[in-house]
Amino acid sequence: MITEKVHTSTDKQPFSTRTKRFIQRTLRMRESAIFLALLGIMLVITIVAPQFATSGNIYRVSRQISFVAIAALGVFTVILTGGIDLSLGSIIGISGVISGLCMASGMHYLLAIVIGLITGCAVGTINGLLVSYVGITPFIVTLGMLSVARGSIWIITKGWPVENIDDRILALGQGDAFGIPLPVIIMVIVSIIVHFFLRSTVFGRRVYAIGGNEEATRLSGIDVKKIKCLVYTISGLMAAITGIMLVARFNSAQTSSGDGWELDAIAAAVIGGASLQGGAGSVVGVLIGAAIMGVIRNGLVLMKVSAYWQTAIMGLIIILAAVIDRIKNRKVS
Amino acid sequence: MDEQKILVSARQIVKRYPGVLALDKVDMDFYSGEIHAICGENGAGKSTFIKILTGAIQPDSGCIEIDSVVRNGFEPHEAMNDFGISAIYQEFNLIPALSIAENLFLGNEPRKNGLIDVNKMNKMAKEILQSLEVDLDPKLPVENLAVAYQQIVEIAKATYHKAKLLIMDEPTAPLTIHEVDTLFALVKRLKAQGITIIYISHRLLEIFELSDRVTVFRDGKKIATLKTSDTSKDELIHLMVNRKLEETYPERSHFIGEKILEVLHVSTATRLKDVSFLLHKGEILGFGGLVGAGRTELARAVYGADQITAGQILINGHKVSIRHPQNAVTLKIGLVPEDRKLHGIISELSVKENISFSSFNKVSKLGLINVSLLEQAATYMIKLLRIATPNTQKKVKELSGGNQQKVIIGRWLTSDCDIILFDEPTRGIDVGAKQEIYEHINELASQGKAIILISSDMQELLGMSDRIIVMHEGVITGELTKEEATQDKVLRLASGE
Repeated sequence: MITEKVHTSTDKQPFSTRTKRFIQRTLRMRESAIFLALLGIMLVITIVAPQFATSGNIYRVSRQISFVAIAALGVFTVILTGGIDLSLGSIIGISGVISGLCMASGMHYLLAIVIGLITGCAVGTINGLLVSYVGITPFIVTLGMLSVARGSIWIITKGWPVENIDDRILALGQGDAFGIPLPVIIMVIVSIIVHFFLRSTVFGRRVYAIGGNEEATRLSGIDVKKIKCLVYTISGLMAAITGIMLVARFNSAQTSSGDGWELDAIAAAVIGGASLQGGAGSVVGVLIGAAIMGVIRNGLVLMKVSAYWQTAIMGLIIILAAVIDRIKNRKVS
Repeated sequence: MDEQKILVSARQIVKRYPGVLALDKVDMDFYSGEIHAICGENGAGKSTFIKILTGAIQPDSGCIEIDSVVRNGFEPHEAMNDFGISAIYQEFNLIPALSIAENLFLGNEPRKNGLIDVNKMNKMAKEILQSLEVDLDPKLPVENLAVAYQQIVEIAKATYHKAKLLIMDEPTAPLTIHEVDTLFALVKRLKAQGITIIYISHRLLEIFELSDRVTVFRDGKKIATLKTSDTSKDELIHLMVNRKLEETYPERSHFIGEKILEVLHVSTATRLKDVSFLLHKGEILGFGGLVGAGRTELARAVYGADQITAGQILINGHKVSIRHPQNAVTLKIGLVPEDRKLHGIISELSVKENISFSSFNKVSKLGLINVSLLEQAATYMIKLLRIATPNTQKKVKELSGGNQQKVIIGRWLTSDCDIILFDEPTRGIDVGAKQEIYEHINELASQGKAIILISSDMQELLGMSDRIIVMHEGVITGELTKEEATQDKVLRLASGE
């Protein structure tokens, strides 16, 4: 039935106009704006605290950003459908602890990693089932799961960190290749996969569609419930990846691992341009959002701002990002 | 008429959007106390012009003169409070949970000792409603009102704000026949009170019934302003589309095949009671009835969007279970829903993604979308259905209503449906695009597809259908062949007589 090929009108154009248009389009993209903001923030921090721009510091910051960014990509997928995952911090913790316990019991490290990842998927899937098939608000389900998962960690470990981690996994959190920290490389790979998944797969486009108009998606004959369930599984998986990397980073599974990370992860997505109504945002934006959060946190430490102030300032930045977004949107419409 | 006092005049209004000249040096005068109709195809510039009058957007150049004040555009609150310009849009600005009175006085409620004086407010509201000769209890929450009465509340709000110019955008689109009469009577009373009314409608008959003068827009230009009594339907259509429409309803060869869909004794919790009918291949089966007759509910039940509580559905003689829309799609049933924006298009996705949305499996392998197949499917449909879009990449929300409708039709063609349910397919769509949609529906029928056409537009129903089933309050009250169907008969069955 579909046989005709039609040439698009932009076939032959002088190179310069095309380049110009490409540049214009790039500048118009919201990702460009937040990227410029990131550069600006880095510049200011470098001026106030020159040690920011040292290779050692950049190495540490970028590694720290990777952990948050991967978790943020997970919750971003949920946010695209108009949902939210508040339990990701606890999933980071529990998948790390389970994986750690497996290794401590002498299990092969690869199997232990897989079990950790499955733990994350399982907890995420429970969230998804409750949201999709039972019909409870995502906020409540994941708020409950935040406590259930964190409590489970304490029940399992009695509050003690899990030691005796297999040395072979430590590289995942501490190692590097060509001077680039391995977590950064993992983040890049995960990002490419998620980007590709959301842009170019049937599932990914449906995720965007649900956030844009859930009822129209349902009436197009799409199994909306299944997709809404699976995005929580994905979020759980991403949190588990972060969780296992953190175990590798600290050579132990801390019971407080991931505590409060939902704030940074959700903030990264929102700063990066994701709409909490769903349907809008990009992987690139989320990565830049995570970088902004990480750079500011690091900058505050370098500028010797007290920890009390740091927390308040991070909160203000999230609100500021929302305000700027609001003003920008108003101009457009 | 020639000695009329001018209330508002627009001079040389220009509005440019990226790539489009939405208004091209428009000059217009509105007389005090006239009903001035504006018509034109979608995208002709009517809405843009109206938005400038209400202050929703500012013109790039040109000016508006009102009360001998010359302005280059204004803010919405100025338009409403200082110049007395109010608009009734298709979507109402009412707060559902609040009462009629609370909606009328929202923002300036009468007060006593710092509290809202509810008694006084209700009394004042009653007076306003009575001045419009409407008998409504002002204490009723707006959400309990039928659409027609919600609209009346909007009009009451405008008169309370001392509107001198009232703009009505497609006011009859959501109304039933009887409600339209009520509205027209109200509009005529407003006119008698000296209020100027700008009346935008795709329904030409209404324009002839109501208006004193009519202005035609095309491609951002004002084409002509005519005295309504001096013009004709054909002339207006000609001016609007710049081509004579041969017939309103294109002829086609009837070839009705074997039965494909059997609906037997179906009931739902939504409204349907023991509904049974047959649908054949190549047939256009019209469903008539007043709003609330259960036609949309029937379509939704067949499509699996609502659950069936009793009865069964057979396709090609086999009993099928349609519990979700995805079952329907698998069985090659497609739905073009009544509310395009809410239930049809996925507005944030591109045209090409919308077209292939229900048949991604055809343009993908192992869940991975094949970009060139997606592009081809879209290009093919854009050409076939003559969808006006600069490219396949455009977000579907940026298209006009008629083109969005075509995208949804394209979606079901792409997924190769055998049965297509059209629920009010031409509502809010301009004359030219309407005609094209009729042609597409006929084309589908002649290809052997079975069509259900739900329509509140009597002419459309009579003109398009091979057979008409009429419903009233969830029950089928009668069935008419094309030959025996007349406006009278349909209306009588629809009223449940």
